[in-house]
Amino acid sequence: MIHSYKLGGYNIVLDTASASVHCVDDIAYDAINAYKTGPREKLVRDICEKYGIDKSEAEECLNDIAALESEGKLFSEDDYKPNLDFLEKRAPVIKALCLHVAHTCNLNCEYCFAAQGKYHGERALMSFEVGKRALDFLIESSGNRHNLEVDFFGGEPLMNFEVVKRLVAYAREREKECGKHFRFTLTTNGMLLDDEVTDFANREMDNVVLSLDGRKEVNDRFRKTVGGVGSYDTIVPKFQKFVKARGDKSYYMRGTFTHFNTDFTEDIRTMLELGFDQLSMEPVVCPPGDAYALTDEDLPILFEQYEKLANMMRKRRDEGKPFTFYHYMLDLEGGPCVYKRISGCGSGTEYVAVTPTGELYPCHQFVGNPKYLLGDIYDGIKRKDITDEFKKCNVYSRKECDSCWAKLYCSGGCAANAYNATGNISGVYKYGCELFKKRMECAIMLKVDEMMSSAENV
Amino acid sequence: MKRIVTMKTRDLKASAKNGGCGECQTSCQSACKTSCGVANQKCENKAK
Repeated sequence: MIHSYKLGGYNIVLDTASASVHCVDDIAYDAINAYKTGPREKLVRDICEKYGIDKSEAEECLNDIAALESEGKLFSEDDYKPNLDFLEKRAPVIKALCLHVAHTCNLNCEYCFAAQGKYHGERALMSFEVGKRALDFLIESSGNRHNLEVDFFGGEPLMNFEVVKRLVAYAREREKECGKHFRFTLTTNGMLLDDEVTDFANREMDNVVLSLDGRKEVNDRFRKTVGGVGSYDTIVPKFQKFVKARGDKSYYMRGTFTHFNTDFTEDIRTMLELGFDQLSMEPVVCPPGDAYALTDEDLPILFEQYEKLANMMRKRRDEGKPFTFYHYMLDLEGGPCVYKRISGCGSGTEYVAVTPTGELYPCHQFVGNPKYLLGDIYDGIKRKDITDEFKKCNVYSRKECDSCWAKLYCSGGCAANAYNATGNISGVYKYGCELFKKRMECAIMLKVDEMMSSAENV
Repeated sequence: MKRIVTMKTRDLKASAKNGGCGECQTSCQSACKTSCGVANQKCENKAK
């Protein structure tokens, strides 16, 4: 399967199964799109008539297409399905935890999927003993995996900072004796960021996700204290100080956009003006009836915004002021193998969420849903039927994905989004697919632009 | 090729032979937390 599109002044052709990317001129673009539609003689004639070129030139173009086909870089077959056997037989391991150290929050954001941090349950803080057992459970369940990931999440994890510090110290002790490597991350709203947290996070956290929605009026519409005061004025100076101290280490300034700020590139612009350059901006996750839910009418606006964002990135790069956007980060040469691309995100299989009392769920977005309670950190996973369901949730489990060019970029999509949209983790959240495909088109265009610009500069 | 520039990309078919070590990052962990994208993950297979 191929996917061809025009964006940013480029004609781009993607070969789905090989994940090859081609930048082509108008003649090759038409020729590739028509290549499988009729006899070669007709194709040559059509190209010559449309573009006024010699027959030999048209033939040369078609020969190049044929060469790429024989190299497996155009019209290649998706024959990866048998590789699922390997994944099914691979020993089950858990290598990543979303550690909910605080089911409570010092902000009261209306759009929060975690219901103001409580996940529809009681307010709670994880004790050190529960966290310690969770880390032991992770080590015990991780088989021969070396890299283990733990994200301190909430609610607001810094409301339980002492436990976070003790857990990191404990993990550092254990990783030496177990031959493991812990990668810690922290997702915070910034309200409790201070010098001590900054020093600690910059020393111990591989990545930090900082929540800010962009413009003050946009941020403060939802991200308010319990008393109803917007958080912008409190968190922005803290974030600026934090990021300055962080140096070269990774972070994401992560925002959420809703129906009320579909012009989210303005929020990206604000983040840049504030001095942040590693950015992520996500569509809100909420029931479709909510006032701030994204609508079908928003979709073309969002598409335009994603294109605008890509152009902002090109411009800033050329001006020597580059920034990164999470969804436009693609590693075409050193990216994931085909197993990763067909097996999905790992939720409910390699990745689980742990509540403050030690319950296990397939991922943070399922926490609080009794239907998806897997077990606990003491007795392990009891509901193999649920983990089996997640294991089967892959790029080949949805018929809608069969004909989708982007399937090896998203590996079938987010199970939680599918569940929220369709009531089934193997369903398809079509709205999310549309946004994802647009983002991939933009991300690949940026890669093509990078290549073509550097070729021009040689 | 005169009319086609092909980018350098990982050979996915070859990756079926020596991939699947599982050392790479779990997809949305520590990033968006709301969607599944795998193409931006770095491969961490030391044996590839």
